[in-house]
Amino acid sequence: MQTLTNRSVVASDKKMTFLEWIYIPAIIKGMSITIRHFFRKKTTISYPEQKREFSKVYRGQHVLKRDDEGRERCTACGLCAVACPAEAITMKAAERKPGEEHLYREEKYAEIYEINMLRCIFCGDCEDACPKEAIFLTDRIVESQYKRKPFIYGKDILVEAMDLRIDISARQTEAVYQFKLDKRFAHNK
Amino acid sequence: MDLTTLIFKTVFLIIILMVTLIVAMYSTYGERKVAAFMQDRRGPNRAGLFGLLQPLADGVKMFMKEEIIPLTANRKLFIIGPSIAMTTALLTGVVIPWGGTLTIGGHEFSLQIADLNIGILYVFAMVSIGVYGIMIGGWASNNKYALLGAIRAASQMISYELAMGMSIIALVLTTGSLSLHDIVAQQHGMHWNIFYQPLGFLIFLTCAFAETNRAPFDLPECETELIGGYHTEYSSMKLGFYLFAEYINMFISSAVIATLYFGGYNMPFIDELGFSNNTVTLLGTAFFFLKIFSMIFLFMWIRWTLPRFRYDQLMNMGWKGLIPLGIFNILATGIYYFFTELK
Repeated sequence: MQTLTNRSVVASDKKMTFLEWIYIPAIIKGMSITIRHFFRKKTTISYPEQKREFSKVYRGQHVLKRDDEGRERCTACGLCAVACPAEAITMKAAERKPGEEHLYREEKYAEIYEINMLRCIFCGDCEDACPKEAIFLTDRIVESQYKRKPFIYGKDILVEAMDLRIDISARQTEAVYQFKLDKRFAHNK
Repeated sequence: MDLTTLIFKTVFLIIILMVTLIVAMYSTYGERKVAAFMQDRRGPNRAGLFGLLQPLADGVKMFMKEEIIPLTANRKLFIIGPSIAMTTALLTGVVIPWGGTLTIGGHEFSLQIADLNIGILYVFAMVSIGVYGIMIGGWASNNKYALLGAIRAASQMISYELAMGMSIIALVLTTGSLSLHDIVAQQHGMHWNIFYQPLGFLIFLTCAFAETNRAPFDLPECETELIGGYHTEYSSMKLGFYLFAEYINMFISSAVIATLYFGGYNMPFIDELGFSNNTVTLLGTAFFFLKIFSMIFLFMWIRWTLPRFRYDQLMNMGWKGLIPLGIFNILATGIYYFFTELK
């Protein structure tokens, strides 16, 4: 029979030899293995102090982008909510009033925009679906909470601050832009 | 017994009690650290420096938990069970010689609470009563898993106590005394009993693992088969007592092994160094604790190396392996001393 690894051992019911029966050689062998592991470098990464290096395109907590003039890009079209396989996104659209042009880029904007981080599976489909380049996943980690309620992130957390722009250049590349323009995909039809 | 001795004994008794409890407390921490290190993890390191406050946190947690006594359980026995386990575990430390003699203000005090001339038998008696704690707890729970665990504990203890007794008989043949104080005194320097009774030591060690219900002989409480065994129904500090008693037993067993086979508080080359009596005693006690901690480490090392025995393997090993070996050991020792005495 072909073995898959070189570590497999064929089990048998044969009578134990004397050395096997007194167990001691086997016990010493096992103990030598565990003591070697005792002094080995630990594999744990102590999270808050140490952080694992993320992939460049890591998908973590979302950000709702502003444009260069600081206006919100999102127009509450709802495509991200439709694309979301976990149904984590809800939103409520509102019409832009005169005098709010410096806040919202187009006539329609999201009055309420919520992502339930307990439902979200961080697949990035919302990002793919967005025609306005408004939502992106970033390399930030969603913080743990004691209750369920705080996991529903509203616009106060999701929209990036004016003075603290989130860099999403790793995910917003030319290739991504071309992909979004491609008419073969459903969201552009 | 005059007043100063009485006061010293009382203070010493309290110190030993505290030391036992603290060592047992930190054994839980040590156990988790050793387990973690052997599995390439870090272990508890959040509560305090290096996680040193972890045992305290665990203790607080145990106290805060809801206390549940099942309706179908026998209330009295349910409470008596863990009490017996804890009491007997703490009682054993009385006969262990923790050090030589201290001279304070002209008085000479022995660092042993009670030098019974049947010290070993006393240890045996206490350990045997300890089984009742487990049996009563398992019986009173009125739960099949607890009962199975209790039955296993009882039969395991009976099987292994025999072999343990036999290894002790061989040891007594070489020392000629049942008093732990005398046994330690005879091992002065490097005349440790392990060099005279290597087989007996192996038997005793194996039985000590079985008696303390630790892996690979932790059948009474195996999680996978018996969801905790005899303490399935226990919660809060009563469960804490059972778990704690196990660690105290481990400490005491280590102390007994160190006393019987590794020369107790004797240090090699202590006579050549020429220290005063008090210094020698304190150094000896420190060395004794070093031996105990090494033994405890061995207990943990083995626990995190070996898988649990199957029940029939356990019984086979006890009755067909260790007891014949024990008898052989007694015979060999007896024959050796018979012929050496003749000359």
